[in-house]
Amino acid sequence: MMKIDRRAFLSLGIGAAAGAAITPVPWKLIDDSSIWTQNWPWTPVPPVGKVTHVHSVCTLCPGGCGITVRKSGNRAIKIEGRKDHPINNGGICMLGLSGLQLLYGPTRIQTPLKRVGKRGDNQFKPISWSEALSILQKNLQTLRDDKKTTALACILGNNSKAVNDLFGRFLQTFGSPNVFQMQTAEDISAEGLKLMQGENSSIAYDLDNADYILSFGAGLMDGWGSPGKMFQEHGKRKSSLKPSTVRFVQIDARLSNTAAKADSWLSVKPGTESALALGMAQYIIQENLYDHGFIKKYTNGFDSFKALVDKDYTPKKASEITGLDEEIIRFLAKDFTKAKRPIAIFGRGSQEIAGSVQEFMAIHALNALVANINEKGGAYPKPLTEISQWQKAALDDIAIKGLSEKQIDPDATDFSKRPHRLIKTIAQSKESPISTLLVAGANPLYQLSDQKTVQKALEKIPMIVSFSSFMDETAVQSDLILPDHLYLEKCAEVMTPPGIQKPIVSLLKPVIKPLFDTKNAGDVIISLAHKMGGSIAGAFPWSSYEACLAQRLGKYWKILQNKGFVVIDSFTPVRRFSTGSRKFEFAGKGQSFAFQLTKIEGETKRFPFLLIPCDSIRLTADGSPTPPFMMKSLEDTVLKGNDILVEINTATAKSLGINHNDTAKLSTPHASAKVRVNVHDGIMPDVIAIPRGLGHTAFDDYLAGKGINYMSLIGPVEDMVSGQDAAWGIRAKLSKA
Amino acid sequence: MSTIDQNAKNETQQAETAYSSTGPGMITVLFLLGFAASMIFGWIIFPELLYSKKHQPIDYNHRVHLDLVDNGCQSCHYFREDGSFSGIPGLDNCAACHEEAQGESEEEAKLVEQYVKKGIEVPWLVYSRQPDCVFFSHAAHVKKKQIECIVCHGPIGQSTHSRVYEENRITGVSRDIWGKNIAGIKKHSWDRMKMDDCAECHAEVSGKKDACFVCHK
Repeated sequence: MMKIDRRAFLSLGIGAAAGAAITPVPWKLIDDSSIWTQNWPWTPVPPVGKVTHVHSVCTLCPGGCGITVRKSGNRAIKIEGRKDHPINNGGICMLGLSGLQLLYGPTRIQTPLKRVGKRGDNQFKPISWSEALSILQKNLQTLRDDKKTTALACILGNNSKAVNDLFGRFLQTFGSPNVFQMQTAEDISAEGLKLMQGENSSIAYDLDNADYILSFGAGLMDGWGSPGKMFQEHGKRKSSLKPSTVRFVQIDARLSNTAAKADSWLSVKPGTESALALGMAQYIIQENLYDHGFIKKYTNGFDSFKALVDKDYTPKKASEITGLDEEIIRFLAKDFTKAKRPIAIFGRGSQEIAGSVQEFMAIHALNALVANINEKGGAYPKPLTEISQWQKAALDDIAIKGLSEKQIDPDATDFSKRPHRLIKTIAQSKESPISTLLVAGANPLYQLSDQKTVQKALEKIPMIVSFSSFMDETAVQSDLILPDHLYLEKCAEVMTPPGIQKPIVSLLKPVIKPLFDTKNAGDVIISLAHKMGGSIAGAFPWSSYEACLAQRLGKYWKILQNKGFVVIDSFTPVRRFSTGSRKFEFAGKGQSFAFQLTKIEGETKRFPFLLIPCDSIRLTADGSPTPPFMMKSLEDTVLKGNDILVEINTATAKSLGINHNDTAKLSTPHASAKVRVNVHDGIMPDVIAIPRGLGHTAFDDYLAGKGINYMSLIGPVEDMVSGQDAAWGIRAKLSKA
Repeated sequence: MSTIDQNAKNETQQAETAYSSTGPGMITVLFLLGFAASMIFGWIIFPELLYSKKHQPIDYNHRVHLDLVDNGCQSCHYFREDGSFSGIPGLDNCAACHEEAQGESEEEAKLVEQYVKKGIEVPWLVYSRQPDCVFFSHAAHVKKKQIECIVCHGPIGQSTHSRVYEENRITGVSRDIWGKNIAGIKKHSWDRMKMDDCAECHAEVSGKKDACFVCHK
């Protein structure tokens, strides 16, 4: 009789073990386990496929760099700068490089969406394109039927001129003058150039041929102009075996990246950069260091300019305003005029903070004094390639009536670059004058200052339509989303980027087939126009956006299809001024030169410090998403965990009893927030610098909930000449928290 | 010997008889039982459990296609201009002839209706795919060494049906790599393609063991 005792159990077990040892089980399992440890799902392995390279252009910022995308089969794997593109010559910045994270990222909107929950709850229902366009068409038709066409407004971004022009045309034929575009420093320099030179273009600087670059706060290494080009050029200059003959002087309130890489950094009180320019001008004139011939023959208004600077901006007075030693101001003036091709550059930071027209004029006056205008190696109106203008749109009676009515921005002649006026008007009205708002290429619920009021205003608008590719702050608060293709999926044009000195047009071609059920915003607006019928449809004779571009780019279309860009290398600036007098006007026609530094908000007693924003190439600050790759590159002195760090001087820290990394409460007349402090001496006492681009509440975990949005701390301050938001900072209070 | 000791011995013997533990015979039996159970599990049941069986999305007939093309295997499995190997053909390759049904087979109808017309790539299961840690260059072996396809891939060109794709549930690797024989015994060069099998041929050719980084980059 068998007993199950220990011996029995053991002998069974040993038998089984002996058997197992001569089966493949243990050996196979060991081998399989080792291979299993190789299967790590987070290791990216590109799919097996044919390797191809596709050329296109990056439009994540207005810089317009050519890119080459390497693909394996249908998957885009790596973005690199396009070697033969004349803007960047193979260079590329961090944002361009990480474009694929945006393309394949989780916050892409995949179909048109209709809001089903309460606004802001992020409850949307996917709908078809035909249903989406029907909803919008019905909404707009009601406005037309009720003769309330001015209740339609749109807010546009800066990265697509052709799409913006289509939106403008739509609103025009619809009967609304309320087209708003986000502003940049380009708009300010265009206004200034119109007054001084009679041109309809923003300023370009031929930095390639200049030998003395005097930058008044321009972030040449922080996102100014075309960053791909700027970084590449700088790199070449610094790594060349021959010492560079170009001198680069940065005027900056803090030790920005640009200041750190300049040959000299001179620190002035924030907002007083142009006062320095005038101080230099006074000394240049006084010492006769200016180009007499040019001034006498080709300029008007020199006397009133001279009178102003003699009175209020001598080096001594400028020194009091700027905090820069007057000997240095005099030295700088002499240094500047000694160079053969010196340029004074305008455009604070990355140019998203616009600045004021008078600031531009003060700085540009320096260029006039050294006669480096409309010359090679100088400053001149930014040249554009020719485009075929569209036929003037035929308007029906409803449209004519609408366009003649009072517009929200009374100063706007074409597009209004003052979106803050739209916000203010709506916020202050009992009932919103705008019932339908289209937002394309912009993110007003992040991008515009005085965020509290922006939120309040948008809440009053019954219908908000977003064309965003991502669930950004504005899209979350929208009622209807018509998602655009991302730049790697679409056909689009890029005209001469900011500050670039040669006419160039580049064409985007789809690098991959669209991943989702999205549509090019250009195609959507054309379809919408056709659906509206009548004179609106009549003004949109193209079957598609691509057909529209083909017609618009006319003679360049074939080359663009083949090569991807057209550059007029032979371009030289024309030595001509288009003002009425055919001369350079220091102050604009018939005016005497007036100058006032932009006053910022905040009472000095309550808010003893100056808060200024700082731009970095590692953060996008215009409301579009910063990819995770860039977020991970932020130093602990910018973002620590989820806390933003603001820069303060060691003396300021001492006076407040705060140490590096401590938490503090930052307050401005608009809002308060908890921050940490980054204490160092690269910033002057009593000034606080805050990085722009953090404080998102939308997008994904990599971006949302980190830091605070500078735009919630500041409000608009209208520029005296253009009315655009010229606020370069705000007064603030900081206390230990 | 005293009576007490004799009594004690009797008691022990009785006890032994009454509570008899497993005898030596029983131990042997149990040992062999355990042994046999292990052997059966290890050699028969384990391979069944370890590998999942999947079917190709379309039951592809190599023989009939091979008869129709001019360049043998290379007509569909070719080298691109940059030297990379095209691997399993994409939909474009099939669509070149199969835009419409060419014959009457159900499988072809499946190809045309569900894949070609919809523009969806056929999700073929790759018998010979090595794990991600392995770097393999077709150019070095086929172009340089002129090794025939059959040496590593077997006579698949002669097959009229797609055989079942068996996949290791732990590693996700095709059974073709370890080999159908669970003991790892192979008859032909294409029966097994583990590291040692590649190394065998490499050693023959170069006369010594190759360096690790040749295949593991």
